[in-house]
Amino acid sequence: MAHLTLNHFLVIGALLFGFGMLAVVTRRNAVAVLMGIELILNAANLNLVAFGRYVAGGISGQVFSLFVIVLAAAEAAVGLAIILTLYQMSRNIDASQATTLKQ
Amino acid sequence: MEHAEHTLQAAAHLTQQLGPLATHAVSYLWLIPLFPLVGAFINATMGVRLQRKFGKSLVHGISIGAMALSFITACVAFVTLLGLDSEHRFLQDTLWNIFTAGKVSVDLGFALDPLSMMMTLIITFIGMLIHVFSTGYMADEPSYWRFFAYLNLFIFSMLLLVMGDNFVLMFFGWEGVGLCSYLLIAFWYTDPQKAAAGMKAFVVNRFGDFGFILGLFLLFWALGGAWHKAPDGRTTYVETDAHAAAYVAAARGEGHGASHVEVGPTLNFRQLRDQVVITSTGVAENLKSQTVFGFGLLAMVGILLFVGAMGKSAQLPLHVWLPDAMAGPTPVSALIHAATMVTAGVYMVARLNFIFALSPTAMGWVAFIGALTALFAASIGFFQYDIKKVLAYSTVSQLGFMFIGVGVGAYWAGAYHLLTHAFFKATLFLGSGSVILGCHHEQDMRKMGGLGKLMPVTKWTYLVACFAIAGFPWASGFYSKDEILWKAFTQEGLAFPLLGMTPHLGQLIYLMGIVAATGTSFYMFRSYYMTFTGEYRGGHGHDDGHGHGDDHGHAHVPHESPRSITFVLVALATGAVLAAVIGIPYAWTGHAPLLEAWLEPALPAIVKFAEASHSTEYLFQFIGVSAGAIGWFFARRLYKDNQSQVPARLQERWKRAWTVVYNKYYVDELYQGTVIRGSVGLARVLSWFDKYLVDGLVNLAGAVTRAFANIDGAIDRYLVDGAVNLVANSTLSAGSILRRVQTGRIQTYLYGALVGAIAIVLINFIIQ
Repeated sequence: MAHLTLNHFLVIGALLFGFGMLAVVTRRNAVAVLMGIELILNAANLNLVAFGRYVAGGISGQVFSLFVIVLAAAEAAVGLAIILTLYQMSRNIDASQATTLKQ
Repeated sequence: MEHAEHTLQAAAHLTQQLGPLATHAVSYLWLIPLFPLVGAFINATMGVRLQRKFGKSLVHGISIGAMALSFITACVAFVTLLGLDSEHRFLQDTLWNIFTAGKVSVDLGFALDPLSMMMTLIITFIGMLIHVFSTGYMADEPSYWRFFAYLNLFIFSMLLLVMGDNFVLMFFGWEGVGLCSYLLIAFWYTDPQKAAAGMKAFVVNRFGDFGFILGLFLLFWALGGAWHKAPDGRTTYVETDAHAAAYVAAARGEGHGASHVEVGPTLNFRQLRDQVVITSTGVAENLKSQTVFGFGLLAMVGILLFVGAMGKSAQLPLHVWLPDAMAGPTPVSALIHAATMVTAGVYMVARLNFIFALSPTAMGWVAFIGALTALFAASIGFFQYDIKKVLAYSTVSQLGFMFIGVGVGAYWAGAYHLLTHAFFKATLFLGSGSVILGCHHEQDMRKMGGLGKLMPVTKWTYLVACFAIAGFPWASGFYSKDEILWKAFTQEGLAFPLLGMTPHLGQLIYLMGIVAATGTSFYMFRSYYMTFTGEYRGGHGHDDGHGHGDDHGHAHVPHESPRSITFVLVALATGAVLAAVIGIPYAWTGHAPLLEAWLEPALPAIVKFAEASHSTEYLFQFIGVSAGAIGWFFARRLYKDNQSQVPARLQERWKRAWTVVYNKYYVDELYQGTVIRGSVGLARVLSWFDKYLVDGLVNLAGAVTRAFANIDGAIDRYLVDGAVNLVANSTLSAGSILRRVQTGRIQTYLYGALVGAIAIVLINFIIQ
């Protein structure tokens, strides 16, 4: 019974995406939102690798994932830097409160 | 030697073919009218400042200087003209073409032939003297500059009238002198009576000008072709081919065959004269044969042109403006209303002698109206008390004499009377001006008298002029008036309009003329005796009941006028005597009068007179002199020294007749009742029409427009604006609803994206 198929990975990926999305849309904390984004990206990574293994073959799926991880790292760095700056400005990291650019 | 000279000359005319006029081009004629124009311009534009800064002497200096330059230039032209042989005496100076439209070609050209030369000399010389007189007469006038500007402008217009070589320039001058006459009559425009007199002159002249213009158009049109009656009864206008006709005239080789004669409609006097006078062109025959509405065309042209002359030269029944024109300053009366402007009509008839001579009807009309006016105006002159009014009626009467002259075909005699009249009437008017000045602006002869001792120069010059106008030998009026009446008597070829040839019209005119001449002598000497003899009746306590109110001015004794006035009087009186020299008749000397010989090339008309012996002519001269003597005798008996009671008794006896004549035969009242009331009535009807019908229509249109505008406004306000507001409001509300979606929260947008994605996936499922 312990035989993994593509669908297992896709279900896990969809769950991850769902949780990530949930975190992004529900959390007020900007760091939590960032974490949600990481979840979504990793769900996509999982899908890429799974499709690469079961459908396409070769290493292209894994290479793609690697790129995404690098970009995610960069994105997380930039995001955290913004959040830090935001915190320094307003002592607050509530994303819904950060409306300065709106005006 | 038994033949009278005029028959000799007529015969000469008949046998000798006249050729086209030879012209002599000179380049200075335009200066003659230019000087007065410049003077008028300077005084009109800068006169006020000049007078304030440099005094009146500069103002009249400019005017008189302009006149003197003009006179000198005219003298140069005269000498040039004298140097040519009589057939070539025609100076021409064409500056440029003013306009050409179809067959109408008008040049700014000046011409001097003997006739216009005579006029130019009269105008510039007498004009200059009267300018000098005005410096004395108008010395107290505040708007001195205005007076001199007008005078110079008048001289300019008058010179244009006589020197212009075509009808258009003549008419321009004709209107110009009318304008100046109006301006000068109404010179003291603050007095409503004087302003009205100016207007009257202007309006009456319009009537005449209307006739003049019609005659001119008719003549121009007649020269262009002819009306022919087709067999079917329709009349058609057939145009003369001008070039073909000119060619024919030249090819026949008649006249002076070498030169062409332009044939066709023209406004130029010389071209007109050439084509009418030279018989081989056939123009004269063509004109004679044309009729309009069954009436001879030439007669109509002559009568209409003469209507213009009637207005300008104050002939019956358009004479009414001239006596009123005496409201103007006296130098104006002398210059414009005696010496120059009023003779424009005579000049015009003399200038167009070759046209008038072709139609016995036109001649008869001119002569008869002239005679009627001479008689009529002389009789009014009998009983006037205003010295200037007497002279005014005398002028009307003398103009009548001139028209007898030019009417019966004695063109030179008419022109001669014009010349002598210019001198003696200017003397008389200026003499009256001197008297008026001396009596402190009193014009009523009943308040004068005895001025002879106080104003000797004025008295003697006035007396000389009286002898001249009354027609005593060795004074100029004798020669001109006798020549006119003599020619009238011997003229048998006159016709009366609508009556046809009337053989004794000449004799009738003579009779009227001789009676008028007696009257002339009577009223002139009456004015002389009333003014200069007896006791001075001005001043305090005179008893005729007219004096209250203006007595204060008469307390002073009358005085002789200043040097500038007496000098002019003497100069003009001398002229009035010397003018006799150029008109001594053939019967006395054996050769034609100097003036007749001088004018002959300008008067090519062929007029036949009955032959008569010298003894008859002497007899008529004797009758003329006795007519003058009778008038003198009665005037002396009745009015010398204001002693005779006869005038008062006669006046009582013939009260009714006297009143009619004294009131100038009620002509003014007749005009008042007919023309003026008619015009006013018509004006009222038109005013009513305008007020109710035209204004009603306009108001109706206005009301309709306003109603439409109101409807349109409502549509605009409620429909258009409503629609616009609806669009705006709905946009606004839509915006306010939609803006809630735009929260700016990333989460919300993600919800939206998620929902959208799910919806697409679901729809995808459903469709599959």
